[in-house]
Amino acid sequence: MSNASEASADGHGGSDNLVKMANDIGAFFRAEPVREEAIAGIANHISKFWTKRMREKLDAHLKRAGDADLEELPREALRRLAAARTAPAPALSQAI
Amino acid sequence: MLSIVEQDLGTPKRESAELVTLTIDGQEITVPAGTSVMRAAALSDVKIPKLCATEQLEAFGSCRLCLVQIEGMKGLPASCTTPVAAGMKVTTQNKQLADIRRGVMELYISDHPLDCLTCPANGHCELQDMAGVVGLREVRYGYEGANHLVAEKDTSNPYFTFDASKCIVCSRCVRACDEQQGTLALTIQNRGFDSTVSASQNVSFMDSECVSCGACVQACPTATLSENTLIEKGQAEHSITTTCAYCGVGCSFRAEMKGEEVVRMVPNQDGHANHGHSCVKGRFAIGYATHADRIVKPMIRSKISDPWREVSWEEAIGYAASELKRIQAKYGRDSIGGITSSRCSNEETYIVQKLIRAGFGNNNVDTCARVCHSPTGYGLKNTLGESAGTQNFDSVMKADVIFVIGANPTDGHPVFASQMKRRLRQGAKLIVADPRRIDLVRTPHIAAEQHLKLRPGTNVALINSLAHVVVTEGLVKEDFVRERCEMPSFEKWRAFVAQESNSPEAMQAITGVPADSVRAAARLFATAGNGAIYYGLGVTEHSQGSTMVMGIANLAMATGNVGREGVGVNPLRGQNNVQGSCDMGSFPHEFPGYRHVSDDTVRHLFEGAWGVSLQNEPGLRIPNMFEAALDGDFKGLYIEGEDIAQSDPNTQHVTAALTSMECIIVQDLFLNESAKFAHVFLPGSSFLEKDGTFTNAERRISRVRKVMKPKSGYADWEITQLLSNAVGYPMNYTHPSEIMDEIASLTPTFTGVSYARIDELGSIQWPCNADHPEGTPTMHIGQFVRGKGKFLVTEYVPTAEKVNARYPLILTTGRILSQYNVGAQTRRTENNRWHDEDRLEIHPHDAEERGIAEGDWVGIASRAGDTVLRAEVTERVQPGVVYTTFHFPESGANVITTDNSDWATNCPEYKVTAVQATRVSQPSEWQKRFREFSETQETLLKSADVLYVAK
Repeated sequence: MSNASEASADGHGGSDNLVKMANDIGAFFRAEPVREEAIAGIANHISKFWTKRMREKLDAHLKRAGDADLEELPREALRRLAAARTAPAPALSQAI
Repeated sequence: MLSIVEQDLGTPKRESAELVTLTIDGQEITVPAGTSVMRAAALSDVKIPKLCATEQLEAFGSCRLCLVQIEGMKGLPASCTTPVAAGMKVTTQNKQLADIRRGVMELYISDHPLDCLTCPANGHCELQDMAGVVGLREVRYGYEGANHLVAEKDTSNPYFTFDASKCIVCSRCVRACDEQQGTLALTIQNRGFDSTVSASQNVSFMDSECVSCGACVQACPTATLSENTLIEKGQAEHSITTTCAYCGVGCSFRAEMKGEEVVRMVPNQDGHANHGHSCVKGRFAIGYATHADRIVKPMIRSKISDPWREVSWEEAIGYAASELKRIQAKYGRDSIGGITSSRCSNEETYIVQKLIRAGFGNNNVDTCARVCHSPTGYGLKNTLGESAGTQNFDSVMKADVIFVIGANPTDGHPVFASQMKRRLRQGAKLIVADPRRIDLVRTPHIAAEQHLKLRPGTNVALINSLAHVVVTEGLVKEDFVRERCEMPSFEKWRAFVAQESNSPEAMQAITGVPADSVRAAARLFATAGNGAIYYGLGVTEHSQGSTMVMGIANLAMATGNVGREGVGVNPLRGQNNVQGSCDMGSFPHEFPGYRHVSDDTVRHLFEGAWGVSLQNEPGLRIPNMFEAALDGDFKGLYIEGEDIAQSDPNTQHVTAALTSMECIIVQDLFLNESAKFAHVFLPGSSFLEKDGTFTNAERRISRVRKVMKPKSGYADWEITQLLSNAVGYPMNYTHPSEIMDEIASLTPTFTGVSYARIDELGSIQWPCNADHPEGTPTMHIGQFVRGKGKFLVTEYVPTAEKVNARYPLILTTGRILSQYNVGAQTRRTENNRWHDEDRLEIHPHDAEERGIAEGDWVGIASRAGDTVLRAEVTERVQPGVVYTTFHFPESGANVITTDNSDWATNCPEYKVTAVQATRVSQPSEWQKRFREFSETQETLLKSADVLYVAK
């Protein structure tokens, strides 16, 4: 059997995958010269396309395992998303 | 022969603003300049005898039957090759003409079998008709002399027979192969009396270059080339116009019927996507619909190790609904979801997503476009403003340079490829970017100016280097950009691509494409006039699939190639209704019409119409569903017409996820690979058994019409409706047209669409609304859908899937002409005669290094898994790259592909997998397990009496 399915079966493999997904999104925005726009773009993308459960799962994983595996830009974007959850949700931007 | 309901006006239609008035047999008629006398006559119901002329082909003037007399002209010109002229006076009937025509026919018939009563063309034979028209009453020459009456039949092709004894050497078949198909497989061999139609160098049709498109069969005026089904069943008695259920070209066909039996499929001359052309799949490969493997009764079982039990529809639907409700009660509302398919109609897809959003109460709906063109939707929406291609197919006829990227049109979209080849033969230039030497690179009368043979996974590096040339060599269409695009985004992009690191010279080491070639291609594309980009899954199925789509849109905008005919960004959609399934709200984050679920106004619109409150959070994508299933959060899945266990990457991961679920409901024609993991099987209906619409790659909405009753008793939309009612969300449609009316009422781009309107116009390209009452062939005219076009910075980010000493080769996957996607349909037809197994293409150098010879069994191992295929040693692939198709489940092509996916959409990276290939002597362990599992599942099926039995 594949390593991937075994890794997922323990309930944490999915979270590892979410870290990878966040880093992949971050890699696209790395070329954005304005840092704030890059962070906003990543946060917006995750809000628009990830389920709430996926976001919660990643939060829980980061709390449990730390965010060292996250690249700098997605790490910042996820921090802001976590902070925003305690504040009223802003309208999603047209940006990607 | 044409369809029984079509009239052949003899020569092709001509478009011209200039009108010409002439007189034919005393009758005045006005036609566009360039029209032939023959066509002008036919338009005024004057029938001129003809044999070598047909509306599908340019006039040839060989049969001499269509001679006419024209006042002031010498001799008797052929009406097919003579264009109309103002004031021309034409006589089509007099004694001299009658004598000549009778003489011509007498010669033809003197060397033609007189078995009309038993001939397959009886009742539809142009030769027989003409003998009657000219009043042939005797053949004075007798039949004793040299003739062709004993010429042998060629029955090598499984779909048609070539009976040379009936050939009149009119060249219609040869011309059809040249002009329509563009394969040039046929020729007239020898001269004079010895002239015969020959496939390639006088070999059988099956052994020739013939691609079995059937254009020759359609063009033949006699029984020389006849469909085998026509020979077997006789002439049809009625015809129903419908749309092909194979690729994204969406060809219009006339299903010729005897009662509920299809005699043959004839491409519709009025078809807006195909103009009377077809391919081997659409015309011939429909046998699957009545194949003995079809399951036509519902079945259920508690565990996948249990035998299937045939049950009533009521019990099956009741069991499925109760399981879904049980799972939701136990694991939560979000623990179930569904998958729609691009093989299903718009209406079916729409109500599946409606069932999930309104009935299941969540947004866990996704579609197979996730694994093919989801990056197209994402990339084009964010740059141009709409998740769709910009043109119609006919636009290619005005292109001056055609840039094909990561697509193999002659195999994947054969009917459009024929049109593209026609334009290329007229002189348009061609650039191909593909790791493989696809057939289009060099084909009769066509040679690509540049074949950018890049390494798999380096598309974005290539597009950036092309853009670099455009920007740094002053090739940007500055006026267009200034007027039509967001300037800050352009400036940011310009500065990015102008960086030296994006130059062809710098990128050469990454892409493997010589810088000179990149520069030449960029210059050609930017300066040749109308530049049109056509791309396929070789663009989207990458970790940077969406980035590449954006890169393509950037290049098109920078060179001013959007917003008119002849240009554009044209995704070639893989399946018949990829565009439609995406339009219909199949994605978990979007309602129909690509509107985000978090948009309160839109959501309230749907809540009002559907009478329920809807979630404002996106649901799970297909790969997220697998992850959630393996995490224990996702337990129930309704799959309509899709086979994720074969088509999705990393098969073992997929099947592990499926095995972990408690209720999988599969609605399909066959016990497909996913159904082997299912608990409820709902027998679906083929495209011949239901009404609906498909939307092709041009955004063209065409009708699918029911030509026979559903074999299982219900059309798919009815099954979904039964399930919806059973889970407690009422649906009461009585016909799919009502579903389309609802779609139109809720979707701004579909406001003007209805079945009545489609019937009236033949087909409609959305947007169709008050602004575009007849649809929109070309998008973004004047301004982009989003207002100003937006450039996006597209940095090349190498895939994480790296070659190394253990996995030194890159595997890339693709399709072949004769098979379609997972092969569920085409594998159950004679198309297997062309391709009966998936093979591994490997370059001679790589093969030699590994001691692999043609036909050897080769083990292919990746980080995800391993499988075994037979080798095809070929220079089509470059050294370091291997290639296979994925049409046969036992091949396990997706056992090897990995979980890597596009950063934006999670579209899998099918096109890049690091592998090793070694010569082996037996199947892989996975293949052995697969075989055992499949055999078990087939045994479990035997306990139920559910298979279709032909009456």
